[in-house]
Amino acid sequence: MKLDFLTSLYVFMLAGFIGFEVIRRVSPLLHTPLMSLTNALDAIAVVGAIILAGEHKTNFSAILGTIAIVAATSNIVGGFLITDRMLKMFKVSGPKKS
Amino acid sequence: MMSEFASTQIIEVTYLIATVLFILSLKWMSSPATARRGVWAGEFGMLLAVAGTLLHRGIIDYKWLAAALVLGTIIGVPLGKVAMTAVPQRTALSHAFGALCVTLVGTAEFYLRAPSVPPFMMAVLGMEVILGSLTFTGSLMAAGKLQEILPQRPITYKGQNLVNLGVLAIAVIVAIILVLHPERVYLYPLIVILPLTFGVLMIIPIGGADMPTVISLLNSYAGLSAAAMGFVLDNKLLIIAGALDGASGFILSVNMSKAMNRSFSNVLFGAFGQEQASAAAGAETRAVRSASAEEAAAILGAANKVIIVPGYGMAVSQAQHKVRELYDALTKRGVDVRFGIHPVAGRMPGHMNVLLAEADIPYDKLMEMDDANGDFAQTDVALVIGANDVTNPAARTDASSPIYGMPILDVDKARTVMVIKRGMSAGFAGIDNPLYYSDKTLMLFGDAKSFVGSIVREVTGGSGH
Repeated sequence: MKLDFLTSLYVFMLAGFIGFEVIRRVSPLLHTPLMSLTNALDAIAVVGAIILAGEHKTNFSAILGTIAIVAATSNIVGGFLITDRMLKMFKVSGPKKS
Repeated sequence: MMSEFASTQIIEVTYLIATVLFILSLKWMSSPATARRGVWAGEFGMLLAVAGTLLHRGIIDYKWLAAALVLGTIIGVPLGKVAMTAVPQRTALSHAFGALCVTLVGTAEFYLRAPSVPPFMMAVLGMEVILGSLTFTGSLMAAGKLQEILPQRPITYKGQNLVNLGVLAIAVIVAIILVLHPERVYLYPLIVILPLTFGVLMIIPIGGADMPTVISLLNSYAGLSAAAMGFVLDNKLLIIAGALDGASGFILSVNMSKAMNRSFSNVLFGAFGQEQASAAAGAETRAVRSASAEEAAAILGAANKVIIVPGYGMAVSQAQHKVRELYDALTKRGVDVRFGIHPVAGRMPGHMNVLLAEADIPYDKLMEMDDANGDFAQTDVALVIGANDVTNPAARTDASSPIYGMPILDVDKARTVMVIKRGMSAGFAGIDNPLYYSDKTLMLFGDAKSFVGSIVREVTGGSGH
């Protein structure tokens, strides 16, 4: 158990560094879609909720898990949708089709 | 029938692939050319991970899972289709949903394990739930303010910071007690309720202009709480996604706080909007030069280089599309038109770029503040539309100004400055802008949308349009 937490800490630390390096390179132009994208990715928390609701260990945990799935899924769907909608709008200048 | 071992292996592999895809997804966000590929990578990773999780052997009840996934989708679709001006409140709302998910899962995990929760697990669970709860109510408050359901004006009172931090401190102390004595299960509700209260209190003193920083900060909190949840569930994918989100929110809040010239501790403690505008200077009666649309059009049409500086006022009056028409008309006449974007020009990081992109303005014409500032000296006309404080030279020159030190767009270095503004009222910070009294400044009084429309008509030759 203790070792698991230590491994998790390593993973967290390395992911944090990768996050800094990768996100530093994101153009400020795209900071709004970046935030909605990370928001959608963050909703991967849904996997924890799925297991919680699916295992149905107690009614209490199943109900909380189910509500959590609803919340996370709406973030996944809404987050990806709006990110893609925004990115579609970014065009370079040049011959315009009107 | 799959063995338990095989199903666990498959789940782990899907998580591993999802991790790679998530990191690639963010990497591809570095440029608009590859960004959409980034979204697809993220979607594919998410689909894989969710599908893999559904193979989990312990799952006995798929009915509710299916219902919840469908309901979430039904709520998610309209949230993905809001207007671009509403993206900040949508984002705040999604931070709230993410935090809600994390808090609920954390709470369920606690009661499943109580009263024997190992100390380290209790510590991360406490962090998960405290961050989750305060992000939940904080984000709802932020969304309410952005949607203007709640008053945008900061509400402050004496000792506010002390009260706020006190509430949070008690929550942390209770969490520490739970780490040492997890059998005191009755204490648990406090580490949900107190941070929920703190989330509300934290946003009350924050005004509309500070929203970009607040949203970024809440984004970071949401990410960190998800990472903490990953520790509790021993789920590396979740830890990584949470860490990436946390890092992203952190970088954006540092950017925003720099752009507003706020110290970093100010960001961490969420103590914004404290400085009350030092006596809003009252009615200034200094002379300004104003001009009509005809005169403005003549000057713009004769210019070689124009930089347009849009502020949120432009979005409020929905002038983006008129501005695009102006861009088209001037470009057609051979004028080099570009846009200078201050980092806090919108209601969230990068918001102004999205609003202009929506109006079909090519993104290679959008300049960041530093690039624009390198260009103003060689610019014939700087046209300020609905922006005020971010162009205020007092930030450079007047040490007594509340915005002194804030990085601004140096529009005053351009040969001519035009400012479209409703009247002479002060900006968000309530500070007078000496730019307006400069010899080279022409004030164009009126509504941004209709005024830009009149300029467009003049530039294109007065023919009705």
